[in-house]
Amino acid sequence: MPVQAMPAGENVALQVRNLDFFYGDFKGLSNVNLDIAHKKVTAFIGPSGCGKSTLLRTFNRMYDLYPGQRAEGQILFHGKNLLDKSQDVNLVRARIGMVFQKPTPFPMTIYENIAFGVRLYERMSKSAMDDRVEWALNKAALWGEVKDKLQQSGLSLSGGQQQRLCIARAVAVKPEIVLLDEPTSALDPISTAKIEELINELKSDYTIAIVTHNMQQAARISDYTAFMYLGELIEFNETGTIFMRPGKKQTEDYITGRFG
Amino acid sequence: MMKLYTRRIWINRIGITLSMAAMSLGLIALLWILWTLFSKGFAALNWDMFTQDTPAPGSEGGGLRNAIVGSGLILLFSMLISTPIGILAGIYLAEFGRVSKFASFTRFMTDIMLSAPSIVIGLFVYALFVTTTGGFSGWAGSLSLALIAIPVVVRTTENMLKLVPTSLREAAFAVGAPRWQVSLKVTLRAVKSGVVTGVLLAMARITGETAPLLFTALNNQFFSTNMDKPMGNLPVVIYQFALSPYDNWVNLAWGGALLIAFLVLAVNIGVRVVFRNKDKR
Repeated sequence: MPVQAMPAGENVALQVRNLDFFYGDFKGLSNVNLDIAHKKVTAFIGPSGCGKSTLLRTFNRMYDLYPGQRAEGQILFHGKNLLDKSQDVNLVRARIGMVFQKPTPFPMTIYENIAFGVRLYERMSKSAMDDRVEWALNKAALWGEVKDKLQQSGLSLSGGQQQRLCIARAVAVKPEIVLLDEPTSALDPISTAKIEELINELKSDYTIAIVTHNMQQAARISDYTAFMYLGELIEFNETGTIFMRPGKKQTEDYITGRFG
Repeated sequence: MMKLYTRRIWINRIGITLSMAAMSLGLIALLWILWTLFSKGFAALNWDMFTQDTPAPGSEGGGLRNAIVGSGLILLFSMLISTPIGILAGIYLAEFGRVSKFASFTRFMTDIMLSAPSIVIGLFVYALFVTTTGGFSGWAGSLSLALIAIPVVVRTTENMLKLVPTSLREAAFAVGAPRWQVSLKVTLRAVKSGVVTGVLLAMARITGETAPLLFTALNNQFFSTNMDKPMGNLPVVIYQFALSPYDNWVNLAWGGALLIAFLVLAVNIGVRVVFRNKDKR
């Protein structure tokens, strides 16, 4: 499949070229090509098992944790291939943050949840750290709710708050790209709305890639949408185009609910 | 249909009755042991037990002070040796070497160590440590008890860490943390109470071990805190006194047995109470 290029004038944060992915002998992705636009929201939709999460997990080399999983091809980030053996995966992950489906606060205080990641790569005074924690919690629209209980366990928060804590934690490290893997699928509608609002604000500072099962969500929050099916990228375009005038039959069938 | 249902009710009743009977058998044996221990042990219990040392053969009075302090020291050092080794090995098995050959070999050896007769471990330390360092000592006792505690700590640590959901581990990696930080600061902390429980239960397990101390710490009739010399300790004192013909010694043995039972019981119950409240939150 040819590279589906960005419209002119769009800065590119990640370039995916000829990407194949293997779970052992099983091919999970084949020949994926696309560009992730800088400071825009790119959504990945498709039926379960289509490879959208797999693709997202190649962007921060999360698959590296599991022997037997490997990626071939190129993911260019600042001109360097993320998949190169010589890439320091920890540094990659500090620059490309990730938020998961289930809220995963660390078993420590709210303050420490944020500070943990920051301390890994930056040395700073106590007051600078206090400022950073406040800044990150503000970014995640959580500061007002937790400012009086920073020393409580992160596990004491509600599900929606925990997920915003995870977003704050990802943002605190000051990454360039934030990957969201179905961040609202475990949350109630009100928390979901808050997170969507948050994503909208975050895109002024960060490039965002989000995997979602919810097509309405993709339509609401994303600038670009990629439709995937059976490990292949079927169609990639501006969100409006994908939902209004999809170019492929499969895309149309999926978004009109005929399968998936 | 009703017939089938009635049949099921009866099968259910019979099943419950059988399992209750099996449980009562086990419970009766346990209560019997505890009852004998309490009735004979309490009779022997008095203040002198904590303030006086073990008496000479045939003499009256005396206590267990040297054995209590000796046991305390031996236990303390064996836990200081086994806790860090056990926890680090458990982290290695669960976080670093999930699939490596070396890890499965270690796991296999740990399982063998878990079921090794304690007297074998005592003999091992005797042959390797006691004979080469110039005699029985408190250190040799601590070492042999540590060898028994290590596999227990390794196994509980590994099992606890394996319960940590993958999502939490991935989340920690996702902020760019190296593996050792993920292990020590996130996953180990997530199962802290389980690991502490494992360590305390390992301690409870070695508190009453007698065989490994027979040829390592030996015994000492006198009060001593010198770990380089033979050291008095409760299990060996109980063993020797209980077999003796002197009523006074036999009494002290009951008292000592009660002390150990109390300690083990207190650790077990304490662990449960403390961590039950903590985990609820």
